Amino acid sequence: MMANYERDETGKIVIPPLSKGRRAYDLLIKGFLYLAALITCALLVGLIGYIFYRGLPNITWELVSTAPSALKDTIGILPNLLNTLYIILISLLIVLPLGIGAAVYLTEYATNRRLVWLIEFTTETLTGIPSIIYGLVGMLFFVQFCNLQTSILAGALTLVVMILPTIVRTTQESLKTVPESYREGALGLGATKWYMIRTIILPSSIDGIVTGCILAVGRIVGESAALLFTAGIGSIIAKNIFAAMSRSGGTLSVMLYVYAFERGEFGVAFAIAAILMILVLCINFAAKLVNRKLKNKF
Amino acid sequence: MDIITTNNLELWYGSFQALKGIDMKIPEHQITAFIGPSGCGKSTFLKTLNRMNDLVPGVKITGEILYHGQDIYAPEVDVTWLRKRVGMVFQKPNPFPMSIYDNIAYGPRLHGTHSKAELNDLVEQSLRGAALWDEVKDRLKKSALGLSGGQQQRMCIARALSVQPDVLLMDEPTSALDPISTMKIEELMSDLKQQYTVVIVTHNMQQAARISDRTAFFLLGEMVEFDETERMFSMPSDKRTEDYITGRFG
Repeated sequence: MMANYERDETGKIVIPPLSKGRRAYDLLIKGFLYLAALITCALLVGLIGYIFYRGLPNITWELVSTAPSALKDTIGILPNLLNTLYIILISLLIVLPLGIGAAVYLTEYATNRRLVWLIEFTTETLTGIPSIIYGLVGMLFFVQFCNLQTSILAGALTLVVMILPTIVRTTQESLKTVPESYREGALGLGATKWYMIRTIILPSSIDGIVTGCILAVGRIVGESAALLFTAGIGSIIAKNIFAAMSRSGGTLSVMLYVYAFERGEFGVAFAIAAILMILVLCINFAAKLVNRKLKNKF
Repeated sequence: MDIITTNNLELWYGSFQALKGIDMKIPEHQITAFIGPSGCGKSTFLKTLNRMNDLVPGVKITGEILYHGQDIYAPEVDVTWLRKRVGMVFQKPNPFPMSIYDNIAYGPRLHGTHSKAELNDLVEQSLRGAALWDEVKDRLKKSALGLSGGQQQRMCIARALSVQPDVLLMDEPTSALDPISTMKIEELMSDLKQQYTVVIVTHNMQQAARISDRTAFFLLGEMVEFDETERMFSMPSDKRTEDYITGRFG
């Protein structure tokens, strides 16, 4: 059957021009997409610019190198900077083996598909729960029931519970992208399951795992609600991480809240905001670097 | 000498019976080809020979597969040892995302060889064995993913040779390759049978006729006929074989 194409007087098929309506529609959509991208960029750049504009002038050496002093009536955020780093470190140390281990089990070992589906569904739901609820549960369980007091350890453990689903899900998704043929190839050479996972599967999914880490660090750094009740607002310089663990310690985000809303120190709050952004930038950059190093090694 | 013997082998995927009472003797240092239309069970049968079917959920196998006279489905069998001895090359080349050298050294390292000199030797031997050495000797440290499809497949053959197997199972190893690469691999197989026993699944009848010593014809999970390739293609004893190889179906 021949389609009914438009032909000219000599019988040749005429290639029709794109109709005006479709052309306009196309242009409209393109314009909208462009605008959406522009507004997103403008918002981000504006926000970052504003925070740096308000924050950078308020960052002084005294602010970042001392603890706050009631006697001299000065504000210093060094303890909080350290607390933030401690909490990131402790949380990641616990959550990474736990989360990656769970993800590997779920994707590589578990055979009960229904159970796996249920666990995946639950973890997905858990990622959407407001952090204040984790804070409440953390306070009741870690602070009171486990008797850890309001401390950095209690805070870090609360965060572990909070970011575990994220780590499990991102790791799982990246494990699933490893082609089945890699598994066959390794097992076909006589590899045991764990050898195959260690040498082929995990290295191939390092990208996704690092992405999970970056997301996790972002949540830790930005978290205030879950930490307010669990890690508290302590601002004493801890000599080392073990001394810090058992003491109350406010992270930068928590202190931002405290300084801005309880003490009206907006200059300090903006300085903390600027420092937080620089911190996140540095950590993400470091993560990318680690990612590339690990990849090359593989 | 028969290196692999199967007795009344049956296999189910859930309630579907994929293999029905297969009795076969695979002779040493020959190329045995399995032919048959898609879904006839030839790949399934190949994969039972080194227990790669263990990975498929819901598989049930009865009967016997003897490798050098020992049942490979016996409970005490070390599957990793079996797969080292009975190597496999897959339909699609599956190089690992690492250098050519590390791809070949993967197997030996896995089985405990770590000395640099020994590994170097094994890598060279294996690549020579797969007729790839001259093409890649200057870029062993480069990623294997940069090789052409045909080179990748020969690299996978080299990788299978690196653990010093005595049987090589090949599951349609040239179906994803161009004619020139196919020719190279066919030539390679004829060399390989001096040292190894080769079992190949192919849905290309000319290929089976060109390279194999013996051919088995599978249909709907049954092994219809198993004979010397020449006899099978000139005077098949079963009507169904004749219909298939003369192109009346399949």
